[in-house]
Amino acid sequence: MRPRVLTGTHFMHGDFAVAEGGLAAGCGFFAGYPITPATEVAERMAARLPEVDGMYIQMEDEMGSMAAILGASCAGVKSMTSTSGPGFSLMQENIGLGAMMEIPAVVVNIQRGGPSTGMPTLVGQQDMMQARWGSHGDYPIIAYCPASPQECFDLVIEAFNAAERYRTPVLVMADEIVGHMTERVVIPEEKEIKVVERKRPKGKPIEYLPYQAEEDLIPPMAIAGEGYKVRMTGLTHDEKGRPAISAEAEGPLLKRLLDKVSAYASDIVRYEERDTDDADVIVISYGITSRCANRAVELARKEGIEAGLFRLITAWPFPVDRVRELSEGAKGMIVPEINYGQMVLEVERVVCGRAPVKGVTYVPGTLPDPDATLKAIREVAK
Amino acid sequence: MRTEIKLGGFGGQGIILGGFIVGKAASLFSDKHASMIQSYGPEARGGACSSEVVVEDQEVSYPAVVQPDVLILMSQEAYEKFKPMIKEDTYVLIDEDLVELDEGQIGKISAIPSLKFAEELGRKIVANIVMLGFFTAVTKIFTKEAMMEAVLTTVPGHTKELNEKAFEKGYEHGLGLPKGKSDE
Repeated sequence: MRPRVLTGTHFMHGDFAVAEGGLAAGCGFFAGYPITPATEVAERMAARLPEVDGMYIQMEDEMGSMAAILGASCAGVKSMTSTSGPGFSLMQENIGLGAMMEIPAVVVNIQRGGPSTGMPTLVGQQDMMQARWGSHGDYPIIAYCPASPQECFDLVIEAFNAAERYRTPVLVMADEIVGHMTERVVIPEEKEIKVVERKRPKGKPIEYLPYQAEEDLIPPMAIAGEGYKVRMTGLTHDEKGRPAISAEAEGPLLKRLLDKVSAYASDIVRYEERDTDDADVIVISYGITSRCANRAVELARKEGIEAGLFRLITAWPFPVDRVRELSEGAKGMIVPEINYGQMVLEVERVVCGRAPVKGVTYVPGTLPDPDATLKAIREVAK
Repeated sequence: MRTEIKLGGFGGQGIILGGFIVGKAASLFSDKHASMIQSYGPEARGGACSSEVVVEDQEVSYPAVVQPDVLILMSQEAYEKFKPMIKEDTYVLIDEDLVELDEGQIGKISAIPSLKFAEELGRKIVANIVMLGFFTAVTKIFTKEAMMEAVLTTVPGHTKELNEKAFEKGYEHGLGLPKGKSDE
């Protein structure tokens, strides 16, 4: 039997690193439905969870998977699932339920080419806007974009921590190439891994109101079965968790749900910069595409073009302030991605005319060729 | 310094495992960085199959093979598919019973009957490990120790002895070849 945290240096598959990240964060329950290219996450969890007294269930579909992890989380067990395109679409309704009920959970999407069944075995980054807006109604979302197996491990831990801290479902938006890539993954000692646990009620059960937020906007979460009243609903509700179908209830509830992520955006937002200090062409990218963009930036520098790379580690919340700052005085912002223009829309919104914004479309199905990004850099640098 | 290695063959020959072992030797036992990507889909279980390993002294940014330094080919189909990538200084390692080269094929060509050797050892499943031993001796990109450690920490415990023999067989064959080219 292997321990929960596989401390050591490994040559590890990205999908396996996702699973190991979950385990290191304390995940005790995984419900999922196999789907290429995320199946190896489920396979690894099916093998590993029983070793650490956890539970793996293969559900009837992705709607059931998402519902099961929300239920398990309400019972006090850190929970996750993984999927890809079609399954991610099916999970959307219950992702919204998790946001409304304020249930910590982690959903990993190993993105493949779409729409619909699309290209199960080939890469895409076409679910980035679905990640933000895929469920109905306004709701907060946090989404990470790993660019390597090491980041699959690290960011799944961060995703769990954010889910617990902010009481909301958190997404990890990887892609087929990162998921199916094998690289060195360093897993630290268990005691060196920072793990966050959800805030629990401290008062008497009789006084507990399930949706009474504290000053930090987050209500303590009681575990079902511990003696506290755990009243939860997807309907608009009051602090007692009772349905309250009115604008008077919706207003403060929705504002708090959105504020509890936006107020902490500066704590949550993560990005990495390379050569941006003196850059007048900024390439903004994420996931596998960022590694090709990195190559394009290297090649541009060799040609004497002052290009820099801004890599999104969180897509949502988007690093609004820093991107706006970088756009001041820039000759242009280039956004390569494996889709027909998704995150580029957010860049355009944020840059708001301060600099020209140019998307670079990579057709889903293959590893992006740095040349197309390099060409765009040259054009903007002229 | 960047080294690109591509392996091609049939699904079931251990082409992906071969790439994994090379990447592991680089990444865990040679103080280098490696990135391995694999062909994925029905072909991984039959038909054409390939894996790619990029090895660098620093972190690998672009993870795909652009111009291979080494091509390991274990099927005719893989050769036909990847031969346009072969340049004068590309190491081309083939199983001589599985791949028939075009007349005048350029490249640093070395051949081994890896499948035959594996059969002689009792299990043809270790042909890929014979090939890795051969690759180690011919290219000298990795030390024998690093590659052997990667093999032995990857294969199932009860097959270690067989795999060690397979690796040695390929390695010895590689050492015995005349320097540079052997297929003449």
